[in-house]
Parts: sequence; structure tokens; C-alpha cells
Amino acid sequence: MEYIIIIISAILVNNIVLNQFLGVCPFLGVSKKIETAVGMTGAVAFVMVLATIVTFLIQHYILIPFGIGYLQTISFILVIASLVQLVEIVLKKVSPSLYQALGVFLPLITTNCAILGVAILVIQKEFNLMEGVVYAVANAVGFGLALIIFAGLREHTDMQNVPKGLKGVPIALISAGILAMAFMGFSGIV
Amino acid sequence: MNQWKNFTKGFIKENPVFVLLLGMCPTLGTTGTAINGLGMGLATTFVLVMSNLVVSLIKNLIPDKVRIPAFIVVIATFVTIVEMVMQAYLPSLYESLGLFIPLIVVNCIVLGRAEAFASKNTITSSVIDGLGIGFGFAFALTILGSVRELLGSGKLFDIAIYPEDYGMLVFILAPGAFIALGYIIAVINRLNKKNA
Repeated sequence: MEYIIIIISAILVNNIVLNQFLGVCPFLGVSKKIETAVGMTGAVAFVMVLATIVTFLIQHYILIPFGIGYLQTISFILVIASLVQLVEIVLKKVSPSLYQALGVFLPLITTNCAILGVAILVIQKEFNLMEGVVYAVANAVGFGLALIIFAGLREHTDMQNVPKGLKGVPIALISAGILAMAFMGFSGIV
Repeated sequence: MNQWKNFTKGFIKENPVFVLLLGMCPTLGTTGTAINGLGMGLATTFVLVMSNLVVSLIKNLIPDKVRIPAFIVVIATFVTIVEMVMQAYLPSLYESLGLFIPLIVVNCIVLGRAEAFASKNTITSSVIDGLGIGFGFAFALTILGSVRELLGSGKLFDIAIYPEDYGMLVFILAPGAFIALGYIIAVINRLNKKNA
């Protein structure tokens, strides 16, 4: 039951992009086509779960026992940056097809605030490891859901006759706002 | 004159938020009120200026291959300093900005300026560049925060302008952030086109 609440709350009620504003850069940057949105979602999901596990272990087995909690930001970002590099190298060797699908997105992920944000949130909410992993997976799904719906919306608005001043980014932001309004309807479920 | 241009480019012409569309997460996430937007903008400015300064000092010492991780360590150091100082002296602002303070470290503006400007230019122009871009960012966040606060709760920097009952709550909430920013960018695009 605990897990179900975490999942529904992370995907629908407190959607990571539309409600918490984490990962807005890739949300606006790679949402022009549905295929790239799917690829980005895969890469984010992969790194987000790995990063959450590794940073959780670092927090509880290194930072807290040695009383150096103030190094959290520095150690987490370094771990995420090296993890992304590692994933890139391993994927290249082990699964070239998966690397081809996700490869271009991986370097962008280091500066995706959703990854670091979720890693810090898991610590702040005092989840245990299993809850943290569930939370990371649910947030990745929420990110994917928002990104893919938004990519679909943008493919349509590109074909419509938008007022000249609003073409491009402004209309994309306004439709994101309306999408966020739709997600507000879920508040109060849990 | 050249340094003056270097300083002012961040406000309208190369504004990191309105024109380059960088650092969107803190822009949308912390601008519920004008004060929060200004606070976030100034915190980022500090990190930007200090990291530009240090990066331009050590640019010849870092091997090319590890420069990005080295920049990230420099930036993370100053973010930690901001975090601790804010927690000690501005606890209420620290509380309301919350998660977005450690997230300055992944703000693409800061790393972008370190990589694109400070690693290639002199110390003085790097510091001026950091100040200009930082103030441009703070300016953008304050504008967006003021618009949202005024439309949402009828206040500006916590001073009541009209009764709160007439405010449109949606502008304080998440959707209003996207919509307000969309319209501001449309206006800025129009202004830039007129000047060009």
C-alpha cells in the first residue's frame, strides 16, 4: 500500500516536471518529436534509478557515519557525472543497439536537475532503499509521461496556425501550462 | 566600452532565460513571489561570479580531458558555501527556495559560462561576464516573480496593490509559471526584433 501511494503521488499528483519543475530543460529541449522523447525517457529512467541507489548508499554508509553531510552536493554531483560516463562506456561495449538508442542523450543527463533532485529528495523524505528505488522508477515514469504527452502536443501545434508572436517557444510554454493544469486535477487523490 | 558591452549583454540581448532559454528549472520553480525570484537570482549570481573567477585563474593548470569534472567541483564548492551561508543568515528564504539551492550546481548557465567564456578569457572579463549574466538571470527571475505575485495574490514584494480576493491563484501555482513565462518571452522576442 505504501508503495502504491508513492507511485501514484510521484506520477500524477506531484509530477516531477509539471508540478516540481525538475527536468524542465530536457522537457523543452527534446520534445519536438515523439521518438526522441521516448529515447530520452529511457536514458533518464536508467540513470535515475542507478543514481538513486548509489547516492543512497553513499549518504548512509559514508557521509552520515563520518559526519560530513555538508559534502552531499559535491559528492552526489560527482557520482552522477562519473556514473553517466560509466554507463556510456559499458553500454557501448555490452549493448551497441541500446547505446545507439540512448547514446546521444547520455551526456545531457549530467546536467539534468531531475536526477540530482530525485537523489536529494529520497534522502530528504527519509525513504529506505526499496522505497527510494520505487520513488525513482515512479518519477522516471512521470517524467516520461509528461514528456511524451507534451511531444505529441507540440507535433500538433507545429501544424496549426499559431499567432506570429507566439510561434515556437512561447506557445510551447503556454501549452505546457495547460498540461500542468490538467495534472492539477489529480491533486487530492492521495 | 568593450567591458561595458560585455556587462550589459546579459540583460536583454543574451538574457540567459528569455533568449537563451537556459536554467529553466529554477526560473519556473522559485518565482512564486518576486522576493524568492530575486533571492535565487542573487545566489546564482554569486556562484557564477566566483566560479568564473576561479575557472579563469586555473584554466592553464587543468588538463583538457578532465576540465568538465574540474569545473563541476569548483561550482559545487561555491554552491555549498551559498547553501551554508543562507541556512545560517536567511533561514526563511532558504526554507522557501528549498531543493533549488543545491540544484544551482546543475544549472546549465553556470557550467555553460565556465566552459564557453571563463576558460578562454582573462580574469577581469570573466568576472564582468559573470556579473552581467548573473544580473540578467536575477532580472529575469524578478520580472517573472513580480508578474506571478501581482496577478496571483495582488501583491508586489509583499506590498498589497489590490485586494487578494481578486487575484488569480493559478499564477502562483505550477501552470501559471509556464503560461506567464510564455507570454513574457513572446514580448521579449517582439522587443528584440524591433531593435534589430
